[in-house]
Amino acid sequence: MPEGVLEVDRISKRYGEVVALRDMSFDVRAGELFGFVGSNGAGKTTAMRIALGVLAADSGEVRWNGRTVDLDTRRRIGYMPEERGLYPRMKVLDQLVYLAELHGMGTNEAHTSAENWIARLGLRDRRADEVQRLSLGNQQRVQLAAALVHEPDVLVLDEPFSGLDPVAVDVMSQVLREKASSGVPVVFSSHQLDLVERLCDRVGIVSAGAMVASGTVDELRSGGTPRLVVESPTTDWAATLGGVRVIEKNGTRCVLELADGVDDQAVLHAALAAGPVHEFSRQRPSLTELFRNVVTTESRSA
Amino acid sequence: MTSARAVSLVAKREFVAKVRTRSFLIGTAVIIAVLAGYVVLQSVLFDDQQRSVVGLSGQATQLADPLKEKAGAFGIELETRDVTTAGDAEQQVRDGSLDALVTGAPPALKMIVKDSGDQMLTTALNDVLRQQVLIAQLAESGTTPQEVAQSLAGVSVDVTALEPVDPQRGQRLAIGLIVAALLYYSLLVYGTMVAQGVVEEKSSRVVEILLATLRPWQLLLGKVIGLGAVGLLQLVVISTVGLGLSSAFDVVDVSTLGGAALLTGVLWYLLGFFLYATVFAAAASLVSRQEELQSVLTPISMTIIVAFVAGINLMIGSPSGTTVTVLSLLPPFAPILMPGRMALGVAPAWQVLLAVVLALLAIAAITWLGGKVYANAVLRTGARVKLREALRL
Repeated sequence: MPEGVLEVDRISKRYGEVVALRDMSFDVRAGELFGFVGSNGAGKTTAMRIALGVLAADSGEVRWNGRTVDLDTRRRIGYMPEERGLYPRMKVLDQLVYLAELHGMGTNEAHTSAENWIARLGLRDRRADEVQRLSLGNQQRVQLAAALVHEPDVLVLDEPFSGLDPVAVDVMSQVLREKASSGVPVVFSSHQLDLVERLCDRVGIVSAGAMVASGTVDELRSGGTPRLVVESPTTDWAATLGGVRVIEKNGTRCVLELADGVDDQAVLHAALAAGPVHEFSRQRPSLTELFRNVVTTESRSA
Repeated sequence: MTSARAVSLVAKREFVAKVRTRSFLIGTAVIIAVLAGYVVLQSVLFDDQQRSVVGLSGQATQLADPLKEKAGAFGIELETRDVTTAGDAEQQVRDGSLDALVTGAPPALKMIVKDSGDQMLTTALNDVLRQQVLIAQLAESGTTPQEVAQSLAGVSVDVTALEPVDPQRGQRLAIGLIVAALLYYSLLVYGTMVAQGVVEEKSSRVVEILLATLRPWQLLLGKVIGLGAVGLLQLVVISTVGLGLSSAFDVVDVSTLGGAALLTGVLWYLLGFFLYATVFAAAASLVSRQEELQSVLTPISMTIIVAFVAGINLMIGSPSGTTVTVLSLLPPFAPILMPGRMALGVAPAWQVLLAVVLALLAIAAITWLGGKVYANAVLRTGARVKLREALRL
């Protein structure tokens, strides 16, 4: 078994008549940032709660390094639930120390680590304040510190970027990257697809309780039907080529979709034969487009 | 991490968080103040009843010693003052600084009081007066008063009581009522506190983070132990201060009654708290917001209130009656009624033992059931969870 892998293996969950998860599988490897995207109600939160043992799956299992996750391994996970939660009347430092201890740290170690994360996340002035007196942004920082304070082996974060100001987004991104490069598998969900695209090594797209696509951002973007962007004074030549479809035309610019097996070089030759070519490039869909594509196809087929 | 460490971490947090709150400190101070006020009031009333100041004028001043002695036999502490001007003295009676003014010479004594004379004092005065007359007449007939006094001293009625009155009955009743009241207060307040804690964790969603690293029963047990310890601390502080004050003001015979009452109080607090706290926690886990809490707690609070109010009335009326006896054996009522009956000294050992065993059995059953409800319901936020669903899962 590979070291440092969180595997989610065919987990299913239903609430009465509603199917929340259908045989969802994915894995997150050591040193990897895995982005979890999907529309609301797709099952991201349910999957994360099952991974943390907060919810029981109807079938399937979650493994850490090949062993089924139990309470002891769960203690080694850092968790940030979708519904943020801390004791409102507890002081920041006390709260973090308490959570570190609950995750198995000794008292001294817990204090050192709590102070360390308070400093890292710029909360030093607020360390003796009750959490409820903090601004929402600062509460988010405490929440992140709560997920990190016990130096976890795995990080599972549900919507860690929601409600953060741009500075806090940068801090959060940096911390997640650092954690990943120190060998910790990091999985987080987000609706901010540009952020996911920029930050993640791999992305999983969830729809209606199942993982419908997963891979590196490059893999996902280069998958699907190849498209070309061509800019030349005339575009009539394109219609004459077999296996090429014009899907968008905007002045001198057009987007072509190529059928399987069509050589893009043949297209270029045809274009040059028709006149000067000012732009010729492969169009790669953004994650947002991919996501829209996947989600609409899925909902149509469902 | 062991379960013991997990539970103790939770318990420590609950304890520290609660003891530090202003409401705990103020609450304790207020109870102690009320208790102290009660004790002081008691001792003042007690003092007042048992002390009389009598002014003696003219020949009546000779009666000071025999009158004091006689009053002492009746349990009245008497202070006499010689007065010279009857007019001033009468004014003193009127304003209350003298309880009575005695004037004239035996056998024609006059007693002046403000409104109605103290019965005991009148009787004592009459006795003294008759004795004086008797002594005077005996002296005329040649017998020495000492001889008569000696033969009188030897004569008394031999009383056999079929149901002797416990001289400490009043004190016992007072202690029994106070113990019952303190337990009633502690169970209600700390049970509710457990419930509020459960809902606070649920409404703030912190429970999700906690349960990613703790089992539900560890969280529940830690909370119950932590808050139970706070309640115990308060109970002990209040009782100790109360006993200290009582003994300082001589209201209660602490050495024999107070210590025993404190011990039984602690024992029954522990039994009662573990019994009720789990029920409170399980009920609280069904709702997600503090505003909904009252509706699920009412049936539990009502049980405790009924146990207290009905129990107290029955206990004052007939502490050994069948109703009180049966109620005091049943687990929901035992934690309040049994210690009261024990303080009254009317609970035989077998009843106490039976009540303790029943309470322990009930705790085992309730903890199992309540733990199940709690574990099933505590993560389900939103609408109120139906009890049936929480039990079925």
